[in-house]
Amino acid sequence: MNANRSVQIAYAIGLVLLLIAPALIYPVLIMKVLCFALFACAFNLLLGYTGLLSFGHAVFLGSAAYITGHALKVWELPTLLGILVGTLGAAGLGWVIGSLAIRRQGIYFAMVTLALSQMVYFFFLQASFTGGEDGLQGVPRGTLFGLDLADDTNLYYLVVAIFVGAFWLIQRTIHSPFGQILKAIRENEPRAISLGYDVAKYKLLAFVLSAGLAGLAGATKTVVFKFATLTDAHWHTSGEVVLMTLLGGMGTVFGPVVGATVIVSLQNELADKVGSLVTVIMGVIFVVCVLAFRRGIVGESIALYKRMIGEKTE
Amino acid sequence: MKLKLIALAVTAALATTAQAQISDKVVKIGVLTDMSGVYSDIAGQGTVEATKLAIEDFKAQAKPDFAIEVVAADHQNKGDVSSNKAREWFDREKVDVITELVTTSTALAVMKVAKEKNKLALISGAASTRITNEDCNDVTVHWTYDTYAVSNGTAKAVVKQGGKSWFFLTADYAFGHSLEKDAAEVVTANGGKVLGAVRHPFPGSDFSSFLLKAQGSGAQVIGLANAGADTMNSIKQAAEFGVTPKQSLAGLLMFISDIHGLGLKTTQTMYMTDGFYWDMNKETRDWSKRYFDKMKKMPTMVQAGMYSAVMHYLKAVKAVGSDDTQKVMAQMKKTPVNDFFAKNGKIRDDGRMVHDMYLVQIKKPEESKYAWDYYNVRATIPAAEAFQPLSASRCPLIKK
Repeated sequence: MNANRSVQIAYAIGLVLLLIAPALIYPVLIMKVLCFALFACAFNLLLGYTGLLSFGHAVFLGSAAYITGHALKVWELPTLLGILVGTLGAAGLGWVIGSLAIRRQGIYFAMVTLALSQMVYFFFLQASFTGGEDGLQGVPRGTLFGLDLADDTNLYYLVVAIFVGAFWLIQRTIHSPFGQILKAIRENEPRAISLGYDVAKYKLLAFVLSAGLAGLAGATKTVVFKFATLTDAHWHTSGEVVLMTLLGGMGTVFGPVVGATVIVSLQNELADKVGSLVTVIMGVIFVVCVLAFRRGIVGESIALYKRMIGEKTE
Repeated sequence: MKLKLIALAVTAALATTAQAQISDKVVKIGVLTDMSGVYSDIAGQGTVEATKLAIEDFKAQAKPDFAIEVVAADHQNKGDVSSNKAREWFDREKVDVITELVTTSTALAVMKVAKEKNKLALISGAASTRITNEDCNDVTVHWTYDTYAVSNGTAKAVVKQGGKSWFFLTADYAFGHSLEKDAAEVVTANGGKVLGAVRHPFPGSDFSSFLLKAQGSGAQVIGLANAGADTMNSIKQAAEFGVTPKQSLAGLLMFISDIHGLGLKTTQTMYMTDGFYWDMNKETRDWSKRYFDKMKKMPTMVQAGMYSAVMHYLKAVKAVGSDDTQKVMAQMKKTPVNDFFAKNGKIRDDGRMVHDMYLVQIKKPEESKYAWDYYNVRATIPAAEAFQPLSASRCPLIKK
């Protein structure tokens, strides 16, 4: 059986599970997981496929959340247009931050993104339209093609559609010639330059794409929860997305999805049972992940699977 | 199931003549609070215990023919966690009322979910006046206090006691600004003078330069328009720099747990407004001792207010024989709140529960005779003056 075929089967199973899931699990929780999964996938596009560690990605989630919230609440735009405005806003911000940050590499790149995102965070804290620490509250969900999105089930399928669409886009990007160049940059940047590629341009494009998709996640999250708060733009969230990506498997397509699912559901389930220990548990998971299975859950599974077929064929 | 269930006795449910109108014969109360973060001291597990005490007392007094259950969860001060949990509780666990909700962002998020699902929200810990103004709705009651009550009460009373010149140390974000603005207006309206203000970043840790500026202003009173750890740090450092006791500090948002944490030596002679003090009279002492036996701490106003809110709610459910949100709310608004926490408290149409507040001055260490003996109650601020008047309300439910 070739790998392509099994991946396709995995997609099909995943999609079916997504469609029937609300019957089994609380839909709002799945929507939250999907938003964070999309966020992690967007982050993975940058870290896993381009080799850029942005430590300020929450700012794109947060800014799109605020822009969409403002667009829906104050400008009263239709829901989809609101989400689009938020996504474009995040992509625009990504262009600004990205074009400054990609001038440096490695740890300096991470620090520049962190510093710029903190600046934006404090802007959100002070700006009047965000409601400061009280958050931008009471964002209407609106309607779509006559369907009332206040109904969780209707909204759920919209969120699934957004997620699947964005996931497909990421998938296409990774496997396109553009994606190949990104991987080449990740593996050996001087070589990519010597082959004649304008590396800075590719990096910036990947950054903007990743920021826009992170923004799409934030915008969708606002519609789901009807508000945007500072938590979305806080550096904790930037750290969380790194954890999700590494835990699931950096540089794998499904890794971030698995990582986000594990982290979000753990936070949701454990929060009531262990209280403040939740952060300690997350820390332990991270340490174990780095020490014992560096490729992440999905990365290790793929390696195991390959070893198994390898054994059989031999 | 998934939640930390704090199961309570359900024997009363066996009564055969249960009122059909109480859905599934169970009244379920969800306590959504900060169990692990910065506000777990002023709210947290203590509010869960206070809720349980209220249920215990209600069962003993009223002998209800419905069961009462409690679920509790940690909202981690995150809006999305609380909103998620609130939806899950209302949709899946048949929770009738969600209580506590410290941190304004979580309170605002949950009261909107409550409105959508037509369930009740009884808020004790959150501070913002937004809850009963711009964002008010008819399923929410803001029970214990708000920034207006604590800052205006303190400012007015301190000016009347002779603290005429003020300088503000303000946390540089929306909450701090509104606290400063509210208090400054009161100071000038009562014949005081505001000499200036200095903004510190939020959260701050080094307040030295700001305090020196405040010291240099020569103001009699330094108003602390900040909260939580910022307030604690500014008070500590004010004592270290010798700002106090020469100039006095006025905490615009403080709790008895802050005093307990800082100690009387650093906080002595400070003024603050509180909604409850355990050592007021026999009633408050009796209840607080019971609370103390469980928590090994005296209750803050948030925790005492929680008892009051839950008790009033349960009485209303019993009186109308239904857990229908609108009926219960109408009954709650109709009846005055009378218990150890509030005397003739009243729920206004904007959702504000108005009751007397107290201006207190922190005792000097030598005045304190026994554990938790911290306050000299200097004045009672009558309910009518303690809270924002309805005429200034920005709540759309209030018709002018």
